[in-house]
Amino acid sequence: MAILEIDNLTKYYKDVRALSDLNLKVKRGEFVSIIGRSGAGKSTLLRCINRMIEPSSGSIRFDGVDMLSLGRSQLRRARTRIGMIFQHFNLVPRQTVAENVLHGRLGYMGAVRGALGLYSAEEKAAAFEVIGRLGLQDQLHKRCDQLSGGQKQRVGIARALVQDPRLILCDEPIASLDPGSAKIIMDHLHRISRDMNITVLMNLHQVDVAIKYSDRVVGVRAGEIVFDDEPRKLKKRVVAEIYGSEADDILFEESPDGLSA
Amino acid sequence: MSSASDLARVLRKRSYSSLAFFAALVLLYAASAIGTRFSAATALASAPKAFGWLAENVVPGERALKAMPKVVSKLGETVLVSVMSTVLAAAVAFALAVFASKTTRPSAAAAVAVRGFASFCRNVPLVAWAMIFLLSFGQTVVTGIMALFIGTLGYLTRAFTETIDDVAESSVEALRSSGAPWLAIVVRAVIPSVMPQATSWMLYMVETNIRDATLVGILTGTGIGFLFDLYYKSMNFQAAGLVIVGLIVAVIAIESTSNALRRAFL
Repeated sequence: MAILEIDNLTKYYKDVRALSDLNLKVKRGEFVSIIGRSGAGKSTLLRCINRMIEPSSGSIRFDGVDMLSLGRSQLRRARTRIGMIFQHFNLVPRQTVAENVLHGRLGYMGAVRGALGLYSAEEKAAAFEVIGRLGLQDQLHKRCDQLSGGQKQRVGIARALVQDPRLILCDEPIASLDPGSAKIIMDHLHRISRDMNITVLMNLHQVDVAIKYSDRVVGVRAGEIVFDDEPRKLKKRVVAEIYGSEADDILFEESPDGLSA
Repeated sequence: MSSASDLARVLRKRSYSSLAFFAALVLLYAASAIGTRFSAATALASAPKAFGWLAENVVPGERALKAMPKVVSKLGETVLVSVMSTVLAAAVAFALAVFASKTTRPSAAAAVAVRGFASFCRNVPLVAWAMIFLLSFGQTVVTGIMALFIGTLGYLTRAFTETIDDVAESSVEALRSSGAPWLAIVVRAVIPSVMPQATSWMLYMVETNIRDATLVGILTGTGIGFLFDLYYKSMNFQAAGLVIVGLIVAVIAIESTSNALRRAFL
């Protein structure tokens, strides 16, 4: 069953068309990577789903809800079930790991209770559990500006998980990390998707990583989907089509094993 | 046409226009000097005499010491007025900045209104504000506080707005995407993020306001500015000199205190 259904999604920035008539279905628990060169519309696509960017037209159904018809407070409620992970982590740097993770619960709280940070005992326990699962228990009370990049991204994941999400949107989650940390982050996200049946939709520009971890790869070029299939079907020719002239740089940087001509 | 001659033509044009600019500056100066009957030569020539007189009459001596307690108490009043108006303005400015910042504004219309208001507060000169409040509140401390408050409000709203956009944008995006309520985002993410820079701006305005409060005080008849005016007009130049020394000491003391606070905060 599809948890996310996108139909005829179109987005214009003034006169520039960023997404054109895009269709995409994602199943519950699926791990889907979106690849494409910068400016192809990957980020816009991801942000249209939780309406951090307002689409120009089309329809998006998430978990049975028509996202584009929602009013302000309904949209807030829908967003609580969608976690988001960012390239630059987007934490509050001067607050501790525990505080940042608990921020994931604010969507479930009233304005005043949230502003005062009155988290319930269960919420604190849930945050503590998630922090442990991501191996951050020793960093619990450390300020986030003292963490390494990989640790910061794990805080980002913990914050998304504590939301109890059905879907996690990842916008280039490993683009600012060294290869070692990147692998740890990808392994965590993969495990989350598999063990917790959480759908992961991820923008990536490392084709080899997309092939290794994804159930499905979606190739976006100039706001249109030009490939949507299992990773093993992603041939060199297709990658060349997605990336155009950049393809050579991308393919032979780390020469992916899964790719055949 | 070759590109080399093109280039030469452009360069010639540029040097002509800068020449014209300097000629205009010289003309402007000449016109202003004639208008105000100011002569740089006379001013320079009278400088040694003026400084000699200063050294003789204004350097605080025995006679000034009697004025000491009064100077200290008025100085204290001026410092308190600056601190109070700045802190008050900072609190209001933060609330306004939340409405003006692209990151946190609830609506674009509110943001335009707040930005316009802040810019108006900033662009009306402080002395004009003092005059306006002088008419409604008379020569009281309230007048000075109001004038400093409004001017500071304009500056701090602008500074805080930019600080929010600068340092809180990314965490606000994350919390908005998780469905967090607006108030919770402001309190939990924006305030902790902007705290160090906002504090630094506030301390800076306290320093600035001590200087400005002196000038405003001459106008409103309060604080150290009034005392200076009084001594000056009664020709008690030594006491007036003491006021100047006290003011300089106070400003330096406040500035080093706020630098220490900054180090502790950042």
